[in-house]
Amino acid sequence: MMGKSRTQALLLSLPLIAFIGITFVAPLGSMVLRSFYDPLVAEILPKTVAALGEWDGGALPPEGVYALLAEELRQARADRTIGRLATRLNRQTPGLRSVVSGTGRRLARQGEPPWAEALPRMNKAWGDLEVWRALAQAGRRVTPTYYLNALDLRMDADSGVVQQPEAKRVYRALFVKTIGVALVITLLCLGIGYPLAWFIAHSPPRRGQRLLVLVLVPLGVSLWVCTTSWIVLLQQQGVLNNLLIWAGVVADDQRLTLMHNMTGTFVAMVHMLLPFMVLSLYSVMRGIPPVQMQAASSLGAKWPRAFRRVYLPQSMPGVGAGCLLVFILSMGYYIIPALVGGQSGQLTSNFIAYHMQASLNWGLAAALGSILFVAVLLLFLLYDRVLGLDRMRLGS
Amino acid sequence: MSAWRAGPGTWALRVFCGLAFLFLMAPILIIIPLSFNAEPYFTFTRGMLTLDPDAYSLRWYEQVLLGERWRSAALNTLIVGVSATLLATTLGTVAAMGLSSPAMPWRRTITALLISPMIVPVIIAAAGMFFFYSSLNLTQTYTGLILSHAALGAPFVVITVTAAMAGFNSELLLAAASLGAGPVRTFFKVQLPILSPSVISGAVFAFAFSLDEVVVVLFMAGMEQRTISREMWAGIREDISPAILAVATLLILIAVLLLLALELLQRRSDGGRP
Repeated sequence: MMGKSRTQALLLSLPLIAFIGITFVAPLGSMVLRSFYDPLVAEILPKTVAALGEWDGGALPPEGVYALLAEELRQARADRTIGRLATRLNRQTPGLRSVVSGTGRRLARQGEPPWAEALPRMNKAWGDLEVWRALAQAGRRVTPTYYLNALDLRMDADSGVVQQPEAKRVYRALFVKTIGVALVITLLCLGIGYPLAWFIAHSPPRRGQRLLVLVLVPLGVSLWVCTTSWIVLLQQQGVLNNLLIWAGVVADDQRLTLMHNMTGTFVAMVHMLLPFMVLSLYSVMRGIPPVQMQAASSLGAKWPRAFRRVYLPQSMPGVGAGCLLVFILSMGYYIIPALVGGQSGQLTSNFIAYHMQASLNWGLAAALGSILFVAVLLLFLLYDRVLGLDRMRLGS
Repeated sequence: MSAWRAGPGTWALRVFCGLAFLFLMAPILIIIPLSFNAEPYFTFTRGMLTLDPDAYSLRWYEQVLLGERWRSAALNTLIVGVSATLLATTLGTVAAMGLSSPAMPWRRTITALLISPMIVPVIIAAAGMFFFYSSLNLTQTYTGLILSHAALGAPFVVITVTAAMAGFNSELLLAAASLGAGPVRTFFKVQLPILSPSVISGAVFAFAFSLDEVVVVLFMAGMEQRTISREMWAGIREDISPAILAVATLLILIAVLLLLALELLQRRSDGGRP
């Protein structure tokens, strides 16, 4: 009997498990896979890569390898895959783009054996041991390149890990910035949300209910309403600037830049995330009996002391839940920084989108995504450990 | 009760909370009058402030409601949103019934798996979906978008229905069984009518998600599948015109209607609890 109802329960959940597995988990898996698995070079230059696999890297490769490379580069040019190859190799070793495409162009017109002499004549890079080592490295299907790039590192020709040149170091600072922004937003939400939740939780029940609905409004209306409204309010010719000029706070020629920078990101994101903080705090504070504070003050404790010793400790679960939730959500936000944040307000997710859509460096996008994914996952495990995911509710 | 609240900070607290409510509400409310601006500006004109009727107009609403661009976007939003919601609601409700059964094995793990689409940042999910669906030639298709939005919307249904199931009186099932009803009949005649408010609120959440979602659409949709969200994105990024204010106002209207519907359902489900 027990076994039967177990199977029954499992069978009911199975369709959604399968659905989520195919439409969501498999895509995540394919992203993680792409962050370290890149068969492009091995597919375009299969024979060269195979031959380089047996090469010890001590001295320039033998004539046979040169011949294979010439043949396959010529083929890649005919197949029009040489551009992707050049881009991919350039990501690993800057400068290889012009070497590969230039050699391809010349091979289409001329060239005959011995290739070990012909190729270095076309581009002297082919007489350079380091270039061959880089090619051998790039031929490996499993590559650490993207993770290294995502941490501002790269591999040099001796398979040693070195720092990217100063001008190309972006991502470590970006991660720090993303975490910093998330922290500031969390603290702002806590600073505004704690008194607000206190006020709502200890209002008379009917009024409390109504006030809570007001807090939920930014959650309830569309993201587009909030984003549009902040753009309307914050832009240079916008409502807030006009209001300040009218009030005589700023001069007409000194309008404040409130968006397309970090300020815009902060304001709009706090607006979107504050309801989550208030909800988390409210659900805990509602359970703290006001009588306790009365008792504390009747025993002679001054208000700050009573608050610190009696109320604050009991509200900590709400503080923890709210902060963790807001922190996690703000780490992954994309739309608000993209639309209100401008150049300086960009976060990790915006760079993921940039590499997905503009630079088309999908491996790097996948590596950045995987790092962010692991970070969020760890935080949620923490949330689950401390508070239990099943306590997550929608609305009330 | 008020003895400890009427402490030193009471007035300061009231003012602070008033400002906080202003911060939460004002940006949303300010959009509504501005959407009737007769001029192509994003701020109040002198005429609007002096309540000159000529300073107000419906031109942006005309542009939105009569123009081809927003109408086809609305149609796409409906196609994707309704299909994804139906899919998410059906699968989510059935799964929630399984999850609520006391005999469910590995409940914690499976629950975590089923609500994970809500937890993972959308940008990550969208990147993965782009890679995976493009290998299946499903990018730039309605199918791809519908499947993605259904996956991301299903957790809302699972959570609302599981919460409602927790308050479900399981003796009703025994009663139905003792009267000779099979499990399928019991589901449709007993469980579903009682659970329907929470099923519908889950569906509303899932639809609202799809209505708002733009990241997956940005990565996966072609020109044919541009939704309202996609047009809002373009409207803000590329050709910023007050038409987006009119759309935003219409979205507020939709949100108010959806919230009212949810509120009514909440009352019904509270009243219907055993």
